[in-house]
Amino acid sequence: MDLQWMAWTGPTAIFFVVIACLLLIFTFLAIRSPETPRVGVLRIETTRGDRLFITLLGSAFINAGWLAMSGLPQWWALGICALYAAAVFRWV
Amino acid sequence: MDKVQNNKAWFLVLPVLVLVAFSAVIPLMTVVNYAVQDTFGNNVFFWHGLGWFEDVLTDSRVHGALGRQLMFSGIILAIQIPLGIAIALCMPKRGFWASVCLVLMALPLLIPWNVVGTIWQILGRTDIGLLGYVLSGLGIEWNYARNAVHAWVIVVVMDVWHWTSLVALLAYAGLQSIPQAYYQAAKIDQASRWKVFRYIELPKMQGVLLIAVLLRFMDSFMIYTEPFVVTGGGPGSATSFLSIDLVKMALGQFDLGPAAAFSLMYFLVILLVSWVFYTVMTNLDKQEGK
Repeated sequence: MDLQWMAWTGPTAIFFVVIACLLLIFTFLAIRSPETPRVGVLRIETTRGDRLFITLLGSAFINAGWLAMSGLPQWWALGICALYAAAVFRWV
Repeated sequence: MDKVQNNKAWFLVLPVLVLVAFSAVIPLMTVVNYAVQDTFGNNVFFWHGLGWFEDVLTDSRVHGALGRQLMFSGIILAIQIPLGIAIALCMPKRGFWASVCLVLMALPLLIPWNVVGTIWQILGRTDIGLLGYVLSGLGIEWNYARNAVHAWVIVVVMDVWHWTSLVALLAYAGLQSIPQAYYQAAKIDQASRWKVFRYIELPKMQGVLLIAVLLRFMDSFMIYTEPFVVTGGGPGSATSFLSIDLVKMALGQFDLGPAAAFSLMYFLVILLVSWVFYTVMTNLDKQEGK
């Protein structure tokens, strides 16, 4: 299969593989141990999947904000995203 | 007896999954790939890292387009939502004239975007258009091709003309679903017209109005054809909204990398807003269900 037209690069491939793996893991978790939604600090009902979505969307904005304003290495933003993810999964 | 869980029905979703993969996911992946590379054509790409994102995020041109876009969406929501509610309140509730009103209200919604653009482009001209002719007859130096304020006025009025009907129809549907008992109770309590609106009609319309706001926000945030036909984004870049600027960048200048980074940021904003609206709406439904 010729995928040259999609202009793949190593980093973008890793990016999508990580997201695909996350989706697979969370699907597997949802089948293995289904959960009831809970209400957190946002006062909305969330499941694990919702919290993953909030984490990914928020991480995109954290990275964009970091890139626009900090001028420091982008890897640090990833660290902030990890903290943010932990907070989302704990309190949201 | 325990309920049997069978998840095999999920396989029925597969065709939609394939369709969405080809129409949305794969193109989006390609856009992500474009956003980190540079090209001079011939399908040859060079790694550029996050450079385009940095450019887009700090570009005053993009900031300007975003500002204009938010202003446009804000203005049309501020006009269309109250106007739509007002029209819905004035429409007859039943009988022959209710049908006539519904058909008349639906007419602008049936006209394709580019035709709406052409209608208003001609209507606003001082030589052959009725609106432009009347305005210049009144002594106003009307020229939407040169005056930024005039260009904004015509684009906003055009959108209001095209889409207020949608808000009105949604609000009308919401009003029709209120049981008569509420009005009777209000009458017994001698509630004023304003109080009936504030405490009965408005709360009962909350759900449909939220849908109206979501639809109008998303549509206006992605608007392209109408302002493109009427003003072409001008004068200068006075009415260059996000999508007009994006198309200029992607197809006019063929800057695939910056345009890809731009469209991803655009996509993120839309994703965020859609998620907020979706969450608010589903929570509202749950509250009403309780």
